[in-house]
Amino acid sequence: MSPLSRGFHRRRQDPGENAGRIPPGQYLVKDFPVLSAGPTPHTALDRWSFSVGRGGQQKTWSWDEFRALPSQDVTVDIHCVTKWSKLDTAWQGVSVDTLLDLAGQDGPFAMAHCDGGYTTNLPVADLTGGKAWVAYAYGGQPLEPEHGGPARLLVPHLYFWKSAKWVRSLELRDTNDPGFWENYGYHIYGDPWREQRYAGD
Amino acid sequence: MAGTALRGRLTWQLAKVSAVCDETASVRTIMLDVPDWPGHEAGQHLDVRLTAEDGYVAERSYSIASAPGEPVAITVERLDDGEVSPYLTDELRAGDELELRGPIGGYFVWGPGDGGPLLLLAGGSGIVPLRAILRHRERTGSAVPVRLLYSSRSLDDVIYQAELDRPAPGVEVIHTLTRHQPPGWAGYARRVDAALLGEVAWPAASMPLTYVCGPTSFVEAVSQALVQSGYPPLRVKTERFGATGGT
Amino acid sequence: MEALDGNAIGGLLHEVFDTEMTGAATVCGHCGDARPVAELVVYRQAPGTVVRCRSCENVLMVFVRAHGRTCVDLQGLAALG
Repeated sequence: MSPLSRGFHRRRQDPGENAGRIPPGQYLVKDFPVLSAGPTPHTALDRWSFSVGRGGQQKTWSWDEFRALPSQDVTVDIHCVTKWSKLDTAWQGVSVDTLLDLAGQDGPFAMAHCDGGYTTNLPVADLTGGKAWVAYAYGGQPLEPEHGGPARLLVPHLYFWKSAKWVRSLELRDTNDPGFWENYGYHIYGDPWREQRYAGD
Repeated sequence: MAGTALRGRLTWQLAKVSAVCDETASVRTIMLDVPDWPGHEAGQHLDVRLTAEDGYVAERSYSIASAPGEPVAITVERLDDGEVSPYLTDELRAGDELELRGPIGGYFVWGPGDGGPLLLLAGGSGIVPLRAILRHRERTGSAVPVRLLYSSRSLDDVIYQAELDRPAPGVEVIHTLTRHQPPGWAGYARRVDAALLGEVAWPAASMPLTYVCGPTSFVEAVSQALVQSGYPPLRVKTERFGATGGT
Repeated sequence: MEALDGNAIGGLLHEVFDTEMTGAATVCGHCGDARPVAELVVYRQAPGTVVRCRSCENVLMVFVRAHGRTCVDLQGLAALG
């Protein structure tokens, strides 16, 4: 280990009674850090659409249609691979269960495609059973572009790089192909409770 | 541009803080004793690495504030929500060790052989590498004409104020104070814009060499305005710092 | 959170290439824009570091540090050095 820096410690909140909700290696934050791999896309709502399915057989919703779908208010803890965790974050969105039911399709795996070109892969089993949403509001307000608005994927039980910002489609696939970060050595699955940050963890 | 330590391994080494000097209420210069320092060029930076007892590691880059030949020094601005900068400005003291590597950078550097006339544009803490350039110019006896335009929030935020109030011959220092001005202030009192640059910058025909440093938004606005006014992009060098709360 | 430029990854690049790289010439593989590394757009807070073309925003370089190793992808560049 490198030589210790006298008196230096990370900026952190004492988790106190919430310590059991912080996965290993994480620290609690009160703000909401913005991390990006590129410029913030700004997609006009009248050009926005969301699709689910495979190839030519996709179910697509316009913004108005999407907002008319049954939605849920959820409060979840989120964990970023860069080690910050934020508890009790409040979101509103459409459950991925709802979207897959309406699309009438399934498959073992999904690739999320986003404005700006970002992708991330997930097993469909981790998107269903009430574990994932396409969220368009945070903290009671429309989701801001820097946090992924108009809408982002929300999959809180995995590291937050899987909760893809600016999501536009879930493409169903038969193989678990790696997305953007997974290609560069991030873990293919990403369970924060097993500290699956990188391939080989 | 040949320089020191451009090739070969860049290794972390342990330096000792020899002195600290508060420049403003939120800015401190840290003077360092670096046993294996290979020398540096004006404009280069170094990386600092801090390790906490629990193994947490944080790394940051800081421009070198001193000229080649002077003891290594960095100038750090405390960011309110920062993790590393408050430690360096408030906690670190003479006698402490600091792990660092450097010097780094071969693009944003100036030496007398690069000529001029020089136009230096600083936004906030962007003044740091430009001050190294000014000190290097003076130490080498260079006669290259210099104009420094330095944007700060207020006079209290001006770093190296005493030094910049007594510039070397051939150096003009122009301040703009964007938020608060002292009573009787007759200088610029706004963010740098095309009109201000038009009054301060060397004419494009004089083939100036330009260095712009500061928050990203400052660097983008200023460099774009210069290029639009006819400055050749190849002779406008830029270095963007993270947003520091703006000037 | 604002993007930085290639100066900010001078140390990382020197570590990876064993030489100073901020002044190295680059050509974007997508749009052909040519400029030194120092003038590229750098995103450092994402998991890993992403370097993009200043002209077309295409990804030029990606660096991910994990398990003491740095994974480097330069596929977006048509030329470097």
